[in-house]
Amino acid sequence: MRIRSHMAMIFHLDKCIGCHTCTVACKNIWTDRKGAEYMYWNNVETKPGTGYPTRWEDQNKYRGGWVLDPKKNRLRLRLQGKWGTLGNIFYNPYLPTLDDYFEPWTYDYQNLFDAPEGDDQPTARAVSMITGKYMDTIEAGPNWDDDLSGSQVYANNDPNLDNATEEERRQMEEIDRTVFFYLPRICNHCLNPGCVAACPAGAIYKRGEDGIVLVNQDRCRAWRMCISGCPYKKTYFNWATGKAEKCILCYPRLESGQPPACFHSCVGRIRYVGLLLYDADRIEQAATAPDGALVQAQRDVIQDPHDPAVIAAAKASGIPDAKIDAAQHSPVYQFVKAWNLALPLHPEFRTLPMLFYVPPLGPVLAKMDRGVYDIVDAASGGLAPMMSALEKSRVPLRYMASLLSAGNEHVIRDVYHKLMAVRVYMRAKKVKDVPAAEVAKALAEGHTNAQEVEAIYRLTSLPTFEERFVVPAMERETAVEDLFPALDPIARNYPTRKGEVGFGFRNDPHRGL
Amino acid sequence: MSDIILFAAFPYVAVVLAIGGGVYRYRHDRFSYSSLSSQLLENRALFWGSVPWHYGITIVLLAHLVAFLVPGVWSHVIADPMTLYTLEVIGFALALAALVGLLVLIVRRLTKPRVFAVTTTMDWVLLAVLLLQVVLGFWVSLAYRWGADWYVHTAVPWLYSLLSLDPQTQYVSSLPWAVKLHMLNGFVVIALFPFSRLVHLVALPFWYLWRPYQVVIRNRGYRG
Repeated sequence: MRIRSHMAMIFHLDKCIGCHTCTVACKNIWTDRKGAEYMYWNNVETKPGTGYPTRWEDQNKYRGGWVLDPKKNRLRLRLQGKWGTLGNIFYNPYLPTLDDYFEPWTYDYQNLFDAPEGDDQPTARAVSMITGKYMDTIEAGPNWDDDLSGSQVYANNDPNLDNATEEERRQMEEIDRTVFFYLPRICNHCLNPGCVAACPAGAIYKRGEDGIVLVNQDRCRAWRMCISGCPYKKTYFNWATGKAEKCILCYPRLESGQPPACFHSCVGRIRYVGLLLYDADRIEQAATAPDGALVQAQRDVIQDPHDPAVIAAAKASGIPDAKIDAAQHSPVYQFVKAWNLALPLHPEFRTLPMLFYVPPLGPVLAKMDRGVYDIVDAASGGLAPMMSALEKSRVPLRYMASLLSAGNEHVIRDVYHKLMAVRVYMRAKKVKDVPAAEVAKALAEGHTNAQEVEAIYRLTSLPTFEERFVVPAMERETAVEDLFPALDPIARNYPTRKGEVGFGFRNDPHRGL
Repeated sequence: MSDIILFAAFPYVAVVLAIGGGVYRYRHDRFSYSSLSSQLLENRALFWGSVPWHYGITIVLLAHLVAFLVPGVWSHVIADPMTLYTLEVIGFALALAALVGLLVLIVRRLTKPRVFAVTTTMDWVLLAVLLLQVVLGFWVSLAYRWGADWYVHTAVPWLYSLLSLDPQTQYVSSLPWAVKLHMLNGFVVIALFPFSRLVHLVALPFWYLWRPYQVVIRNRGYRG
């Protein structure tokens, strides 16, 4: 057992209102720069939809993530082997281009003031932020299909619907039952990252202390294989500096005990961040698990922070007590491992993402039938009028399974049964209109009990800031000892850190010489 | 006199610039070491430019290098006329690929607004110098046949005399002007190395073949 600590994340999709505040917070802090205008380290997608970049989930096109070689039971990058990387280094055949994202633009606002007098209102034409030339038509934007806009084109082209039956498609497209939900995405800071493995320069690495995946821009040589290697398309290429960039999980904030900006600013409070203790020896086993067992295998990598054996192993690895304590209070551990409610996005990419999603409930409460608005299955009584059967969920289970459990519907079904148990139980408690027998049935179906349901309710609906974000500050005092083991208090050879080192670049980032 | 400046002094200046400048840039501005790929901005023309250019020029350059490093072996190999013909034809084809690729790359930079926007003055200088070099090489191989042979008896001893700090310009002083310009321009390319995107040449990541896939770096003394 090799215990490491990892900063992991939960997005509770039932609470996401699609307001994009997270995106704006991130954009303003990190990617409001030349060359990074088109980047959204954090973005919010409407599902069903094609996402950003367009159809990023389609790995036949982009070749991201890993595939399992069933004969040797070994992983290989879907992109190419190591020799393939060197062979394709002059031209990456699977690189998304700017048109798969969008060409960033601004507007010629000055024309509103300077236009000569005329019969028409002056307009502010769109100007490309790359070429500085006017753009006649804007053909794509970072959120082009927000709230199902243009769904005939976008939602219908969602890669998760590629295997959907006609019936399932109808189920989602019926106009009076039209359904969508939001999928906020940031870098997953995977345990088995495809971007790190694909980088021939070795510029991308995982930080040992908290698992954050970072790009060393001094080592990046713009071979651009990371962009293809990441199946989530969350590494980006700065076209101005010629360097890869990605979400850094706001590590300067984390180190001072604050949650990342997108977490902090989340209006729906859907985001949770906390430490997980995991067993590094099990990573390979989890990444090579058969498709049906991927989710459980990843849960098995995560270790119980209350288990004395795990604590001892963590201490042996040099993980400080403050971090073990934080792991014991981690909301992420509760959702992912204790309650089995949160699932990794597209586990079949086999990168073991460390960002987990609680799927949204989409129950059919009522629908139009021959012009009559009626509660679904009102006649059948019991729970049905309020919760409806899972099979009638407005988002087909198969769609959610394609998104969050490598196509295994039973995994999604288990999660939903528990989520519904929480609803039924809390409704019985607050509104008192559900018979006790129905509550007992729901709890049994959800494999849960009153105590657990109360805890889930508490952390879902009423968590405080401190309960959502359990971020142990970096132990600044030990950092000095780690860097300078031969510290001598008598000789006073303490590094002062003043006038010695700084943050960031020694020079401004610029393109070439 | 001009021969001494051009073929005895200038090569040293170029090499010192390349090594000194390259090392200085690596130590003080490592961020700028990048191949500055523009594939994100334009994909299609790049394929027809970058692939033939890089493969063509790399193999042709390697042939120059091999003939320089092991002239004896090289002469032995090309002693057989059939091998000589074959090598010259292959070299010719590769040079053609490189030339076509380079022209595509130049046209691409001129005509694609996005790529034009990220092209610096040094990029244009470099493209011009490289184009001149490839055209000259092409011209030389056409006009003065069997360069694979006479290269070993002219340029190679001259280069060795430079290497042994005893420059002998007589090996090259009587060569045709096109050949001389090709040699000279070669050293211009070397001199431009630290001042342009050419630095990506030394960044080729061969050690990727031996490296484990995953990279974990600890800033702190964790042992996990």
